[in-house]
Amino acid sequence: MKTVYVDNNATTKVAPEVLEAMLPYFSELYGNPSSMHFFGGQVQKKVNEAREKVADFLGADPSEIVFTSCGTESDNAAILGTLDSYPEKRQLITTRVEHPAVGNVCSYLNRKGYRITELSVDREGRLDLDELRESITEETALITIMYANNETGVIFPIEEIGEIVKEKGIPFHTDAVQAAGKIPLNMKKSKIDMLSISGHKLHAPKGIGVLYVRKGTRLSPFMIGGHQEKGRRGGTENVPYIVGLGKACELAKEHLGEENTRVKALRDYLEEKILEKIPNTLVNGDRINRLPNTLSISFEYVEGESILLLLSDLGICASSGSACTSGSLEPSHVLRAMGVPFTAAHGSIRFSLSIYNTKEEMDYIIEHLPPIIQKLRDISPFWKDYLKAQEKI
Amino acid sequence: MWDYTEKVKDHFMKPRNVGEIEDPDGIGEVGSLACGDALRLTFKLDQNKRINDVKFKTFGCASAIASSSALTEIIKGMTLEEAEKVTNRDIAEYLGGLPEEKMHCSVMGREALQTAIANYRGQEIRKEEFEVVCKCFGVTDKEIERAIRENDLRTVEQVTYYTKAGGGCAQCHPKIEAIIEKVRGEMEKEVPPAKPERKKLTNIQKIKLIEETLGREIIPALKADGGDLELIDIDGNKVYVAMRGKCSFCPSSEFTLKQYVETKLREFVSEDIQVEEVRP
Repeated sequence: MKTVYVDNNATTKVAPEVLEAMLPYFSELYGNPSSMHFFGGQVQKKVNEAREKVADFLGADPSEIVFTSCGTESDNAAILGTLDSYPEKRQLITTRVEHPAVGNVCSYLNRKGYRITELSVDREGRLDLDELRESITEETALITIMYANNETGVIFPIEEIGEIVKEKGIPFHTDAVQAAGKIPLNMKKSKIDMLSISGHKLHAPKGIGVLYVRKGTRLSPFMIGGHQEKGRRGGTENVPYIVGLGKACELAKEHLGEENTRVKALRDYLEEKILEKIPNTLVNGDRINRLPNTLSISFEYVEGESILLLLSDLGICASSGSACTSGSLEPSHVLRAMGVPFTAAHGSIRFSLSIYNTKEEMDYIIEHLPPIIQKLRDISPFWKDYLKAQEKI
Repeated sequence: MWDYTEKVKDHFMKPRNVGEIEDPDGIGEVGSLACGDALRLTFKLDQNKRINDVKFKTFGCASAIASSSALTEIIKGMTLEEAEKVTNRDIAEYLGGLPEEKMHCSVMGREALQTAIANYRGQEIRKEEFEVVCKCFGVTDKEIERAIRENDLRTVEQVTYYTKAGGGCAQCHPKIEAIIEKVRGEMEKEVPPAKPERKKLTNIQKIKLIEETLGREIIPALKADGGDLELIDIDGNKVYVAMRGKCSFCPSSEFTLKQYVETKLREFVSEDIQVEEVRP
């Protein structure tokens, strides 16, 4: 069966160039970068090169790059490490639509006695910066706001937020796991203090992440151990994955143009055709400030898991913000925060593309999706009710 | 990805009896768009008062659609008295099982059936008569109690899996806990811990069973530790054995005998077995 993979916000294919770059570090080049001998030294050099590539990709200085095990670790390290450095401050500002790697850390801190201010979003998933201004107090230890939303792709005005936050001198962290590789990031021109990225969202493997930490940022180490990463993250370096991430960042920088032209055009084509062919369908989130690869779209009166399984049966891999896919009983917190009506929230599907997708694949989805939705609407008791109600009008 | 059985997948991909019967004898509607799943069940009876035709329409996930489809297949041809006895377990079993988190889909099927039967009889199931415990999903104390009884539930998490109650804001968790405690207390009183009934064995049957149990359950376990055991004699309920191998000079052999051999023989043969060791 043909596989059409359009779930790249969940994870991506490891680029063949990345895998190739990694392989020697599993076998012949197995030295420890901290060793004094040449055998470790040659590996140290490669780790440094990877650090430079990541720094170049982010517009940062290599000394500002801390390798971690994943995006979640980067988020945890930034939040918990900052609070540890400012023990007297007891408030955190975040949003209602964060990834659980931030959201659940905030809930945990709330139970520990921290005051958590969660900024709301409007129907398009946008923040109100006045609400942010009003939320800042003397007590605010950290502001952590995601760069772009994983479910809807909505991009927050991170640099504007940075300006507001810097006026008050508060540390500012952003989870850029979904933004990296899809929109340009330049720390030199930014007010961001800390930024998280994850390897497997940009064609590196799972198990490697980065926390960018601006020079002069107060941050206690999260993983306490050896001197690695300048004492900011103990533990022997995950050399093959660091080398892989370096390569992936180099490629991501090269492909950024393509992401924002060809991939964006594919996404727009998919969106346009679905809206044209399937009635009672709506796009979730701000269509202007949106990642070029992401489409969150809701089909009224049907449920997301059913759509996904019928798509999956045809080899199409997507994801959903519906309750049933996660094992929770309520639809995604992001769609609920946006106030997406229940008629649509349960039937949301996310298509997220990558540079490996083709127009033929989009056509395959466009061909097979309408009958799937129709089949489920024919089973749904609400669709006929809706049609009857329409007839009366 | 959910680990659905082939039968669930089959009933989801090719659902049976989809639709709505015009002018049905009974109609049952449960769930809502807000809740994420809903089921409308309609049926018609034949002249012998058996369910002649039954159709469903379901909004929900794969297991909700499969459970509805299974329900219609199960009850076709039943009298209402028979259909009334169908539980959510029957639906889940028909499908070869459901992931525990999805058991509420089978409960939804059973509820729709109850509602449709009540509708036929001109009774309305009125939620107002019961206390709505979970406000997020509108689940009453009666529904929770029934799920606990029918499925032998023990935790709030399980109650959520089976009824959805407590799956939203979580404010009702203490109430659900209290219901579990109450119902389980009642259940324990209702069912005295009955001893499994055993048929009375003849002497020959007993001897045979003792030999079998020693060979299958006991000796292999002793051998694994370098020991062995020999059956010397059986007199009524007294079983005389001799320890061999390592067991014969093991200081804990008496413990091994009493605790292990006797327990096993009592489990498989008779409660009255007594084991005696014959020392050389």
